[in-house]
Amino acid sequence: MIQLTNVSKTYEVGDQPVHALVDVTERIQTGEFVAIMGSSGSGKSTLLNLLGCLLRPSAGSYTLNGQDIGTLSDVELSRLRQKFIGFIFQSFHLVPRLTAAGNVELPMMFAGISTSERQRRAREALEAVGLTERAKHLPAQLSVGQRQRVVIARATIMRPQLILADEPTGNLDRASSEQILKLLDQLHAQGQTLIMVTHEVDVARRAERVLVIDDGQIVQRIKSDALIRDPVLHPAVK
Amino acid sequence: MTFRDYLAFAIKALRGHPVRTLMCVSGVSIGIAAVAMLTALGEGARRYVISEFSAIGSNLLIILPGKTETTGALPGFGGVPHDLTLNDVKVLRREIPSLEFVAPITVGTETVRRQERRRQVPVVGTTTDFIHARKLRMGLGQFLPPSDLDRGAPIVVLGKRVADELFPNKNPLGELVRISDWRMRVIGVLAERGTQLAMNMDDVVFVPVATGMKIFNRHSLFRILIKVHSFVELKTACQKVVTIIIERHGEEDITCVTQAAVVSTFSTILTALTLGLAAIGAISLSVAGVGVMNVMLMAVSDRTEEVGLLKSLGARNRQILTVFLTEATLLTLAGGVIGLALGYGTVAVTTTLYPAIPASTPLWATGSVLVASIMVGMIFGVLPARRAARLDPVEAMEPRT
Ligand SMILES: Nc1ncnc2c1ncn2[C@@H]1O[C@H](COP(=O)(O)OP(=O)(O)OP(=O)(O)O)[C@@H](O)[C@H]1O
Ligand SMILES: [Mg+2]
Repeated sequence: MIQLTNVSKTYEVGDQPVHALVDVTERIQTGEFVAIMGSSGSGKSTLLNLLGCLLRPSAGSYTLNGQDIGTLSDVELSRLRQKFIGFIFQSFHLVPRLTAAGNVELPMMFAGISTSERQRRAREALEAVGLTERAKHLPAQLSVGQRQRVVIARATIMRPQLILADEPTGNLDRASSEQILKLLDQLHAQGQTLIMVTHEVDVARRAERVLVIDDGQIVQRIKSDALIRDPVLHPAVK
Repeated sequence: MTFRDYLAFAIKALRGHPVRTLMCVSGVSIGIAAVAMLTALGEGARRYVISEFSAIGSNLLIILPGKTETTGALPGFGGVPHDLTLNDVKVLRREIPSLEFVAPITVGTETVRRQERRRQVPVVGTTTDFIHARKLRMGLGQFLPPSDLDRGAPIVVLGKRVADELFPNKNPLGELVRISDWRMRVIGVLAERGTQLAMNMDDVVFVPVATGMKIFNRHSLFRILIKVHSFVELKTACQKVVTIIIERHGEEDITCVTQAAVVSTFSTILTALTLGLAAIGAISLSVAGVGVMNVMLMAVSDRTEEVGLLKSLGARNRQILTVFLTEATLLTLAGGVIGLALGYGTVAVTTTLYPAIPASTPLWATGSVLVASIMVGMIFGVLPARRAARLDPVEAMEPRT
């Protein structure tokens, strides 16, 4: 479903080019759960944002479901994000003045789904993450773990084919992290394609496959059960 | 995303900053109130003038000595107008019998005395027709009787206030007063009328036209009032009058003005005045607009992260633009509604307390003020909204340090 071919991403800062991704070629199948690891500044977020159609590659091609992203207009990219992609962020990005339900409804609102349909689906999604009681709460009235569950409800509400998570447990304590990872496991079990950036080996283990990235390049691809047997990891992971 | 969604989203956002929202709305409402009040004043003046004229009727012609347009003649070389005389009036009456009346007018200021009481007032020398021309009513006695133009009878009709001052507690009919050195008998007193066309009719005295010319020692009339039977005759009557006068004077040295022309001139001037006042109000409105722009720029800056999020969720640039434009427009529309209420409320209170101030709120202003308030929101909201719509989602969502 995902095919990256010789993808590079270069940021221009002044006249100093920053090569965030260099010649990345990778294929990810529908239903896969992939973790991306690597040291800070190695290009993990850049890769994820590119997969999420928030960035266009500077070179190479990215095809999602057979569509070449590089050829699409801004409006078409927006539509793609709306229909096919759900984001989970480390720092949640909830709209503070909207309730949990209001936040979950947001993608549906911009997609033009009717109010009653929105409310019904938001209720179901919040129920699925165990927050039925908290639907009317504002983000500030929720614990960080609960906030991330609202974000998961929002990311899944449009039933996207691809869910991208950038350090989803980065701001959470152990117990909350476990809850979030359980939810991701569930999604994966339902056949959802998941790509997750993480620093932690324990978290990466939940995935099927791990990509280790360093200096904008994929330097290692390992099966996650190999992580359990504590293989020789690329130094970038440590 | 429906209009209602945008509205609900905008209202929630504005509620999030109640103080900011309130300040901004009150700024706009002051601007709108200024526009509403100033246009009300201008429009009031226009309506006042028109009602004054229309109370008199519009079948009147006014003949003035002198030509208002440039004739091409050099001053002093045949450009000096001939006097407009009682003989001109007589000829007009004879030659154009279709005129309802031809009333000569001469005006001066003289002292009217009775014993030790005296009063300086405008003295109008005219004929019996004047009372019909100006639609005046008598309080006591009668107006100047119909008589020969040349007969300067020593009779006078007093305005209400003149009569009250000269004859407190006494019926003035049949009594004598002195005007300048002339002794005159009071034959009537006008009913109270107040100001008409900038002249207080209660403070005027009327004498026969020949008497007036003798008192002022003048040969020329101030003007001639002509009434025709119907509005459609105005133009041809004017032409006939001018032709006859040219024949008599040898040149066109009079101006014939129709009441309608005067009214429309005034109306044009006062409409321009109203627009000018509206423009002054619009300045304060544009200041409020800049305030709206500032508030919206602040909002965009505060909500950069939110904009990035919305984009990542699939919101299109156009939708982001609409989100912020809706907010700006809502701010100014709220200001517009409150401002209108404020402005019209002030006008209503003012006109109740001081009925003399002519102010009326024109319907077109209500509509255009509301439209203006929406426009201000759209215009001053565009810049901030565009800034939001153009944000790069990845950069916008980055935590700012
Ligand atoms: N908008 C940008 N403009 C310029 N350079 C950028 C931009 N975004 C990222 N970079 C650079 O690209 C490189 C990769 O950044 P990226 O955010 O993808 O790293 P990361 O692996 O996610 O790091 P972290 O673990 O700290 O989140 C870094 O050197 C970074 O400085
Ligand atoms: Mg990152």
